Amino acid sequence: MQEIEAAVRQFIVKNFVMARSRGAIAGGDSLMEAGIVDSTGVLELTGFLEEEFEITVEDAELIPENLDSIDNIVGYVARKTGMS
Amino acid sequence: MTTLRALDPNVLRLDAPVATEAITQKLREVVHQRMKRKGAVVGISGGIDSAVVTFLCARAFGPEYVHGVLMPERHSSADTLRLSRSVADGAGVRADVEEITGLLEAAGCYARQEEAVQRVVPEYGPGCRFKVVLPSVIDDDRYRVSSVVVAFPDGKEVTRRMPLDAYLQVVAATNFKQRCRTMLEYYHADRLNYAVAGTPNRLEYDQGFFVKGGDGLADVKPIAHLYKTQVYELAAYLGVPEQVRQRPPTTDTYSMPQGQDEFYFSLPYGKMDLCLFARDHGYSEAETAPTVGLTATQVGRVFRDIDGKRRTTRPLHLAAQLVEHVELVDP
Repeated sequence: MQEIEAAVRQFIVKNFVMARSRGAIAGGDSLMEAGIVDSTGVLELTGFLEEEFEITVEDAELIPENLDSIDNIVGYVARKTGMS
Repeated sequence: MTTLRALDPNVLRLDAPVATEAITQKLREVVHQRMKRKGAVVGISGGIDSAVVTFLCARAFGPEYVHGVLMPERHSSADTLRLSRSVADGAGVRADVEEITGLLEAAGCYARQEEAVQRVVPEYGPGCRFKVVLPSVIDDDRYRVSSVVVAFPDGKEVTRRMPLDAYLQVVAATNFKQRCRTMLEYYHADRLNYAVAGTPNRLEYDQGFFVKGGDGLADVKPIAHLYKTQVYELAAYLGVPEQVRQRPPTTDTYSMPQGQDEFYFSLPYGKMDLCLFARDHGYSEAETAPTVGLTATQVGRVFRDIDGKRRTTRPLHLAAQLVEHVELVDP
């Protein structure tokens, strides 16, 4: 789980300019509400998760419960990869 | 207990003669007095917005000082040119046809579009058509991510979600269309000493449904404050041809036909207008829902979509930013 979180955090901070200028992001912060991720960002994030963790993100899984915070993303990836 | 105030379905009703007078007066003020230009060029698409702008400009400047430019391309629908001509004829303005397929081929518009589509749907080939669609915003809380729909010559269709690079390339290549059209509008404006009148309505202007340097670029935007419903009301008052007023709004952008509501807006324009008005005038989801025929949950999703588009597209409205203020130019 910690490895997933580290990879996700690193990707978000490196790729989304609003994440860089914002400073610390709490695990439960809404990435959408904070303006860190927008609709294009969702595509970028999805592409990263599929490549990095070798998973397929189904259309029905493109929901805030899976992708709107670092905690949610980590939990989602853990479930998909059988690590939870 | 909180009392609900119902959203009046007629809240957007327009006093068409008053609106027309205000717009034509402003057009003359901007074009004649501030820009020192004689008239206006309008790109006529066959749609309702450019039709209304053409008729308004003809009223403001006189039809002899309005020049229409009709700019179909390979993917334009078959009736685009006929409807556009009916607008120019109806308003009594001169119009040139500038077929832009050659320009777009030279820029690589189609080849770049198809190359990106092929990365998503490798079976895409000669005779195939495509469009880019978004899922409905009202059905669930899913993020709205674009998919490409490919229609094969045998009638079969496939829909696949687009990865970021393919999506951005299709959009970037498609934007050549709006930018080529704007380039030609300014050619005619420069040779005639006219201004360019842009055609966005309030939904498009507010929600960022335009291309920067393309249809987002104009000298004056006379209907950018009007909801689409009001544009239709004005069209009826101004005498825009019936066939143009009856045509459903279309993007007329991809090789497959496409309504604006499956590409960008989450609802048909009448409901979208009311939701936008409600959002900006403090109506709650529950107050808006019965008027637009949705549940309060669905209206909440539309409100969030409105807010999200505003956040995402605000930079499109920015003028070029300077490092230091330049007095005399921008006092």
